[in-house]
Amino acid sequence: MTHLTEHATHLGLVPLAASAHPQRPRTAAYNRVGWITYVVLALTTIASLFPIYWMFVVASNSSSDINNVPPVLVPGPNFLDNAAQVFDAVPFGRNLLNSLLVSGSIAIGQVLFSALAGFAFAKLDFPGRKALLLVVIGTMMVPLQLAVVPQFILITEIGWVNDLRALIVPGLITAFGVFWMRQAIDGSLPDELIDAARIDGAKNLRVFWSIALPSIRPAATVLGLFAFMGAWNDFFWPLIVLNSPDSFTVQVALRQLQSQAYVTDYGVQMAGIVMGTIPLLLIFLLLGRQIVGGIMEGALKS
Amino acid sequence: MATTTLTAPAAQVLVRRRKKRSLVPYLYIAPFFVVFGVFGLFPLVYTAFISLWDWNPIGEKAFIGIENYTTLFADPRFWNAAKNTLVIWILSTVPQLVVAIVLAGVLNHALLRFKTAFRMAVLVPNITSVIAVGVIFTQLFGRDYGMINWIIEAFGGQGIDWQSGTLTSHVAVSTMVMWRWTGYNALIYLAAMQSIPASLYEAAAIDGANPVRRFFSITIPQLRPTIIFTVIISTIGGLQVFAEPLIFGGQGGVTGGSSRQFQTLALFLYEQGFRNFQFGYGSAVAWALFVIIAILTVINLKLSSRIASE
Repeated sequence: MTHLTEHATHLGLVPLAASAHPQRPRTAAYNRVGWITYVVLALTTIASLFPIYWMFVVASNSSSDINNVPPVLVPGPNFLDNAAQVFDAVPFGRNLLNSLLVSGSIAIGQVLFSALAGFAFAKLDFPGRKALLLVVIGTMMVPLQLAVVPQFILITEIGWVNDLRALIVPGLITAFGVFWMRQAIDGSLPDELIDAARIDGAKNLRVFWSIALPSIRPAATVLGLFAFMGAWNDFFWPLIVLNSPDSFTVQVALRQLQSQAYVTDYGVQMAGIVMGTIPLLLIFLLLGRQIVGGIMEGALKS
Repeated sequence: MATTTLTAPAAQVLVRRRKKRSLVPYLYIAPFFVVFGVFGLFPLVYTAFISLWDWNPIGEKAFIGIENYTTLFADPRFWNAAKNTLVIWILSTVPQLVVAIVLAGVLNHALLRFKTAFRMAVLVPNITSVIAVGVIFTQLFGRDYGMINWIIEAFGGQGIDWQSGTLTSHVAVSTMVMWRWTGYNALIYLAAMQSIPASLYEAAAIDGANPVRRFFSITIPQLRPTIIFTVIISTIGGLQVFAEPLIFGGQGGVTGGSSRQFQTLALFLYEQGFRNFQFGYGSAVAWALFVIIAILTVINLKLSSRIASE
């Protein structure tokens, strides 16, 4: 449930003053880029990336090397030792699999359900369409995390405590996803194409599946990525509904690893963090350009 | 060509007439409303109901009216958590948004090299999980072996016990929040900056306005809706900070340190609801936090629209 909030903050729903202007010329730079600009950017890049680098350094050293003054500053040979201790403390393979299952299901579900609702809002004509769309957008502002006590009672009643469905089902569709898909379909699917298909006798669902969905593939990919990453990193709600180690997602397992240790061993903790973060870093290395583009495009969408 | 122009309007009329009576669109949007209603709106309203009960999941339930609220307002732990939440929120949000705007201005240079690489670099913290951020920074802020103290001592200063102090622990927690969200907000601002018409800047340049002047008299006012938006979102998110202080506290994370020096309201809610299993009292905390968020959101909406319009 909480990743709804996470998505709300992840959303690119930003109203823009200048979006009324039909043309979008770049803000011109009148002077060439000065060296100060590059110094600022270099420092920012270091500030952004050093903690990630540091994660690898700590994860691959023994605790005695980390607890040296001055500390080691480069990766060491201890990663496998540290990682083995992670698997001793928590069923981490199982936890990774759980996270993959939850995040994958949520990504697929969000793309399909959000696209279907977005298609209706963009291309079908029905009474109450505008008002309902405003309701959808308005729900993004509601801090649903605060409803956690009844949410937990509800999950207990359904019998989904320690059940991954407690994470998947509430995450299957989000206001952000609906809004995002509506904008995408509105912008990239001409009415004439739909009309032509209708004349050929296609029903709504068929129009959706074989015309709307293919036409928004890039936007759907970005939404899928957001959904996957949001679900992978979600913590509050999984912490509430999962309490047996076999049902833990990666984030809950990592918290368990941190809070159970009687002696703080950052090498082991960080080895777990590395294994839990690498999947997202890989996705980001491969598709980071699209993710950056998605966030910035989202900022322009309304 | 000719056929499309002829048939399209006719088809639209045909399609519209059929759709008017159709329930299909409602079926398509139903999943959202069902999920939101069942797992969102209903529980949120039900929170208010539970907050009027002495409700323990394994014990008895008893209706006690507003007693949870009178207890809450007399509970120093609540006021402590409220104060911590506000300080951490201000310490993390204000510098975060200011740095993000400046960073966006720098990234907006039209002739900048390695544009995509820089944009990706500033977004990396945002794809890292809160738990990862928490553990990494807890290590960096460590009293005995943390790198930050090591640097302070290398310059001849005195190492700080970040966790035990109230303000120092707030700084550490705020740093985590800020690190994770600054680059994301910078990209939002950057996108908005790129849609500002160049003619505005050209006119100002002809009038002799220098870059700093142009930034304050064109960029900031043009970004106004975006600034308001990011302020609102950071208010709603920032007041619910939970995982960062939890991780920073290690084993004692739920209380936010040994003397509750960095316990936020979200942590207090979790402690009451899911450690002490006081569902009623926990729900009262939730509603109090909900009201605080609503009030501060409205104040910020007013404040940020005024500041941005100057």
